[in-house]
Amino acid sequence: MKILTLLGLFSACFLANSINIENSAGQFFSSGHTNNWAVLVCTSRFWFNYRHVANTLSVYRSVKRLGIPDSHIVLMLADDMACNHRNPKPATVFSHKNMELNVYGDDVEVDYRGYEVTVENFLRVLTGRLPPSTPRSKRLLSDDRSNILIYLTGHGGNGFLKFQDSEEISNVELADAFEQMWQKRRYNELLFIIDTCQGASMYERFYSPNIMALASSQVGEDSLSHQPDLAIGVHLMDRYTFYMLEFLEDIHPASKTNMNDLFKVCPKSQCVSTPGHRTDLFLRDPGSVLITDFFGSVRKVELTMDAINLTDPIKQMEEKEKRSS
Amino acid sequence: MGLLSDPNRRRALISMLTRLNAPICVVCYFAGVAWFMGLAFEPFTLRTYMSENAMGSTMVEERFPAGERALATGREFAAHKKKVGGMPVDWLVKNMQDRGLEVFTQSFSRTLPFPDENKERYIVKGTNVYGILRAPRAPRTEALVLSAPCSPGDGNNQAVGLLLGLAQYFRNQIYWAKDIIFLVNEHDLIGMQAWLEGYHHTNTTGMSWSPLQGRGGSIQAALSLELSSDVITSLDLVLEGLNGQLPNLDLANLFYAFCQKIGVLCTIQGKLQRNDWDSVSGYNHAVQTMMLMVMKQASGRPWGDHGLFLRYHIEAATIKGVNSFRQYKTDATTIGRLLEGMYRKLNNLLERLHQSYFFYLMPSLSHFVSIGYYMPAFGLLAVILLLRALDLWVQLNTPPSTTEDGVADIDQQSSPGVLSVLTPLVISHLTGVALYALPIRFQETAVEHFPVSETEAVVLTAIAIYTAGLALPHNTHRLLSGEGTEQGWRVLKLVAVLYLAVLLGCTALINFSLGFILALTLVPLAAFVTPHVPKVLSAFILVILSPACTLLFSVFFFQELQDMPVSFQDGWLLYLSVISQGILDHSLYGSLVYPLIALLVYPCWLLFWNILFWK
Repeated sequence: MKILTLLGLFSACFLANSINIENSAGQFFSSGHTNNWAVLVCTSRFWFNYRHVANTLSVYRSVKRLGIPDSHIVLMLADDMACNHRNPKPATVFSHKNMELNVYGDDVEVDYRGYEVTVENFLRVLTGRLPPSTPRSKRLLSDDRSNILIYLTGHGGNGFLKFQDSEEISNVELADAFEQMWQKRRYNELLFIIDTCQGASMYERFYSPNIMALASSQVGEDSLSHQPDLAIGVHLMDRYTFYMLEFLEDIHPASKTNMNDLFKVCPKSQCVSTPGHRTDLFLRDPGSVLITDFFGSVRKVELTMDAINLTDPIKQMEEKEKRSS
Repeated sequence: MGLLSDPNRRRALISMLTRLNAPICVVCYFAGVAWFMGLAFEPFTLRTYMSENAMGSTMVEERFPAGERALATGREFAAHKKKVGGMPVDWLVKNMQDRGLEVFTQSFSRTLPFPDENKERYIVKGTNVYGILRAPRAPRTEALVLSAPCSPGDGNNQAVGLLLGLAQYFRNQIYWAKDIIFLVNEHDLIGMQAWLEGYHHTNTTGMSWSPLQGRGGSIQAALSLELSSDVITSLDLVLEGLNGQLPNLDLANLFYAFCQKIGVLCTIQGKLQRNDWDSVSGYNHAVQTMMLMVMKQASGRPWGDHGLFLRYHIEAATIKGVNSFRQYKTDATTIGRLLEGMYRKLNNLLERLHQSYFFYLMPSLSHFVSIGYYMPAFGLLAVILLLRALDLWVQLNTPPSTTEDGVADIDQQSSPGVLSVLTPLVISHLTGVALYALPIRFQETAVEHFPVSETEAVVLTAIAIYTAGLALPHNTHRLLSGEGTEQGWRVLKLVAVLYLAVLLGCTALINFSLGFILALTLVPLAAFVTPHVPKVLSAFILVILSPACTLLFSVFFFQELQDMPVSFQDGWLLYLSVISQGILDHSLYGSLVYPLIALLVYPCWLLFWNILFWK
């Protein structure tokens, strides 16, 4: 009798545990993505737009710190601030006055630089329509289980973002590019952050599912820069990205902070402009979306309970080997 | 039917034009003058603002520390200058080399067409010394220039000292993206002209100079420094350059921005800003400042060493330190910081200054009037000439009322011979050519025959030829047979009025002040002169309104504006020296005022003089 009860207790515990494992495993896979990508774009050149490069490099730094490797980051910088002749501190890009944080570092990998940052290249990266000779580091090799973070910064206006002082991308083009990505199954979920003047106009036209968007200012408002550094002689960062960087510095790979906290970053009292966000296209509740779902790279493993027949493909491989040798 | 193609309406329009011509002309004239005077009224002006993005949002903390050492260097320079009795070339070369610049010299020489009595020079030989600070990491494609003149006596020693001090401080910084050329030029404008010609491989004025051994790329901006005292009370900005050309307004905005940031008192035309624009004295002050700028621009001479850069599309200005009887003094370190700040902002430029205005007037350092606002004043004056031309055209085309003696009238109606119109034109222009070419050519013969110096000979010959032109009409008619016809003078006046309109229009486009001042005096006389007005009175008025007398009055007016009124004797001597300077400027730097007046404006005026004495 006692053995039976013990066995019963054991099995109950075992069942409960397995249910627990199932639950936590279920929680673990609730977001549905298996890999993370980031596309970080700075669209303005010239020395006095130092802050846009610093913005992009700060997000790059956070994203790398939280685990996304360089191979999964497409970094586009339109100008070289670190080696600009006017930089009194060569080989550095600072994000805070008093030079506390050098976001350039020694392992920055810029994929598109200088004049390669164009609207055409950006759209080709997003949609994957690149010539076959493009190296892997310049491609966005995402699949339908990728969560992609897209960060844009520069000078913008109502419905457009200026690239390199010579061309613009409109919000309609961007929305269509995202729709192409959806139809080609190039993303699972997409987080779009933009830090420009009148940034909210850029996400107005999105119509593809699973996109969440944040912007630093509403239509008709300007996004303001944070503080000038009197030795370097330029504004170092924009306000929204500065406070976002502060927020991200507190995130570590195991954080449970969710998107609702990100929406609260930089209220009007700090930013002067009103940051906005858009979640109507996103299927999950933003409160259940972790910051690390987009900013970090938590590698996940796919468990499958079905048996997979491996023999036939192996045979084919052997035949191929016979043919080549 | 359209307004102009319907004969009835056309006739009505034409009759209205002929009836109301004189009143409309008078109204236009006074409206033009009123518009011009209203330009200085502050609500009609705009505040200056920085247009160039690259210079706008950047801000640095200026850290230049070595003002006292700069003054000591200046004193050393003064001592060496006195010892050598001119430009201490070797000392400057060694000093610049010690500060780490690449130093080069250029020698030049020029024989003036006649001795310059203001600056007491005739055969000029000199050396320019310049040092190039190479940008540490940038390619050598662009440059900035800081220059200080080497003046005889005690002038501008502190300027050279500060220039060398700044050179040393700049050499220790790594953030320069353009080469900086530190230039010390001898014989002020002549040396500067030689250097610029050598730098740009042009030779427009016939000066001989040695080629430049070192070069720095295309010059983006230049500042010339004039500082003759250890402490100053204010800094004066001089903008007017050769032929009335002005630098881009952004350079003035940059200067003003730094004056405000560092807290130095800054003036333009030597006049301070005032806040009481709605009071009469405040408005007077603004008008005086603007009129000083207009006078300086109209003279067509460069009012600082910067004036010659503008021709090469290099934005340049002169900053003068003024030490007057004020309590608050600014020391050399502060001036150095102001210049450091300006150069750091110019360093950020990516293109030449082009965002702001090139044509403007400044009633004060913080307000400006752009070409779109001041041109209507000239336009109203030019309209008078066009109305007159239309009136004459109508008169020429309407048949006169038939008289009893129909035959004689028909004879008179025949179109006047081309000769009768062409002759005055050719003779007037020949007189103009004589006025342009003869004074310099015949200075030796004049000196032989009269007890005058060469300069006086040139000037007095010019005035003599000018006055001799007044005797022309009677001589012209000796060539023509018989008296001139009614049609004849109308055709001549039509040609003359249109000629004057085109001439003044083109002048106003290039040098608005010169065009406007000439228009103020020439348009009324062009409008009212006919052979039928009373001769003696009109002759007197014509002479008063002629270019030479306009210049005389301008000289007195200019002295009044600067609060230094002169007596008639001194004024007359000043007038003669102004004429000699005009002729010299033309041959030394290519100033266009003297040829314009001699070859084009004076013949035009002679045509009107001819019309007055047509019968």
